[in-house]
Amino acid sequence: MIEGILVEGLIFAIMALGILISYRILDMADLTCDGSVATGAAVATMCIVNGLGITVGLIMSFLAGVLCGLVTATIHNKLKLPVLLAGILTMTMLYSVNLRILGNKANVSLVRVDTLYRLFPEWFSFIPSDFAALFGTLIFVVAVTVLMDVFFRTDMGMAIGAMGGNEQVIISQGMNPASLKLIGLGLSNGFIALSGGLLAQYQGFADANLGQGMVVQGLAAVMIGEFLFSSNRISLITLRCILGSIIYKGLMFLGRKYGYLIGITPNDFKLLTGILVIISLTIAKTRSMASDKGARKKAIERTMKKEEENHA
Amino acid sequence: MLDIEHVTKVFFPGTVNEKVALENINLHVEKGDVICVIGSNGSGKSTLFNMIAGTFPVTNGTIRIDGRDITNAPEYKRAFFIGRIFQDPTKGTSANMSIEDNMNLAYTKGMKGLRFGLTAERRKEFRKLLEPIGLADRMADNVGLLSGGQRQALTLLMATLSQPSLMLLDEHTAALDPRNAEIVMDLTKHYIEEGKLTAMMVTHNMQFAIDYGNRLIMMDEGHIILDIKGEEKAKLTVPSLVEKFREIRKKDYTSDEGLLTE
Repeated sequence: MIEGILVEGLIFAIMALGILISYRILDMADLTCDGSVATGAAVATMCIVNGLGITVGLIMSFLAGVLCGLVTATIHNKLKLPVLLAGILTMTMLYSVNLRILGNKANVSLVRVDTLYRLFPEWFSFIPSDFAALFGTLIFVVAVTVLMDVFFRTDMGMAIGAMGGNEQVIISQGMNPASLKLIGLGLSNGFIALSGGLLAQYQGFADANLGQGMVVQGLAAVMIGEFLFSSNRISLITLRCILGSIIYKGLMFLGRKYGYLIGITPNDFKLLTGILVIISLTIAKTRSMASDKGARKKAIERTMKKEEENHA
Repeated sequence: MLDIEHVTKVFFPGTVNEKVALENINLHVEKGDVICVIGSNGSGKSTLFNMIAGTFPVTNGTIRIDGRDITNAPEYKRAFFIGRIFQDPTKGTSANMSIEDNMNLAYTKGMKGLRFGLTAERRKEFRKLLEPIGLADRMADNVGLLSGGQRQALTLLMATLSQPSLMLLDEHTAALDPRNAEIVMDLTKHYIEEGKLTAMMVTHNMQFAIDYGNRLIMMDEGHIILDIKGEEKAKLTVPSLVEKFREIRKKDYTSDEGLLTE
């Protein structure tokens, strides 16, 4: 049970990392996610079903996600549309594309083929099969996270981070913000699609409706993570995002298991997730206001002290 | 170095809000010139800077820098030759990153690769550069924690790091308190002198404009109405500058009146 939550949380964390890139690092409200996560699942599933193998499937799902991100970024760059609208356009178009990828079926199952979650217990036969899935996912997520950390420590990664804070800086340093947005959104959706590819294997099928409401869920995970601790180091930012995802999945599990006690059904989860995001934003806002107030108070105290010293 | 020929900028052309912000501007800047630009609000100083930096396209005319035609080049490409500092101290640095990361960003212009530029060696170099502005011990701190004066000083350092052909300083001390403004201005003078930079500086302080630099430009209603350099500038005083301004404007007014009566 607990390992189930952890596996779900870890798979979900890869998507949350993608959302972290678009929402927090790039500061772009990208809704492509709802489409690209399903694209990732569809591409991985079709690759595996058609015998191309798991590795090819995951690589292809990542690349498909990158492509989705590039489409959104191009619409945003070329037509100067707000990224929100560009994302909605891509997401909507992707729904049809995903159905095409799945061969005009709403879902394709992965029974009777080898998936990662069928192979993990074989590879890690030295531990109980339930934990083998967890172990395998953990290795995968750690590898992805380390790659992401390393990328955002490079000069290019840092430039992308700087652009999220202040686009003018990037222009002043002779970089084209449009290309950085392409790279950033491509990477973000690549991660999201990769998570979709894993998710399809974990649940044993790909579904064209898989992505519905994923952005908000991912955002909730990112925000829960931000409550854990504050840092400006990328490795800690990604770590707290992963922890936030696991906590989110844990909360949803509790909701499913004990929700009936207070009359909550899985139908209410989207509402509750939305409320969770709103509450997180409210708390974050009051928190930053409080710290501003604190800083102001301290500044006043400092000047008072200085004046007293001057008098003395 | 910088050649501006017949540059005109019309905002909202063809609408009731049509405004001619710059009209047939011709300006030639020599290498090593330090030019103070003065003029009242709406005289076109900022528009001129925006045209040079490429924030908006020009309506007409050409702009060349070091002989290269940059009239239609996007802003980020011109940034290779132009270092610009804004009035708003938050515009020049990225608040959510540390000082050393910001410095690293400014170390080389242009698209960044997948390398780890911030080496121990470079850190040492940054430390030395940050010493004069008192930020050497705060290199790992986020820029958002700095005061406006400190941020502007850092922006200045970052802009001069790549030795741009031309520095554009758009009232870069106007948003600071008097003490910090003085510190940042002293730093500006220091960097310009040290790097033998060519600079254009918008200021509202006439006395400062007279004292500093080798050339003074006064703008009014989208025109350059005064361009004083060298010895003539050295002899300039505030009253004589005001007198000159009156003279030129009066001439204009009389001709305007002439137009009205005829």
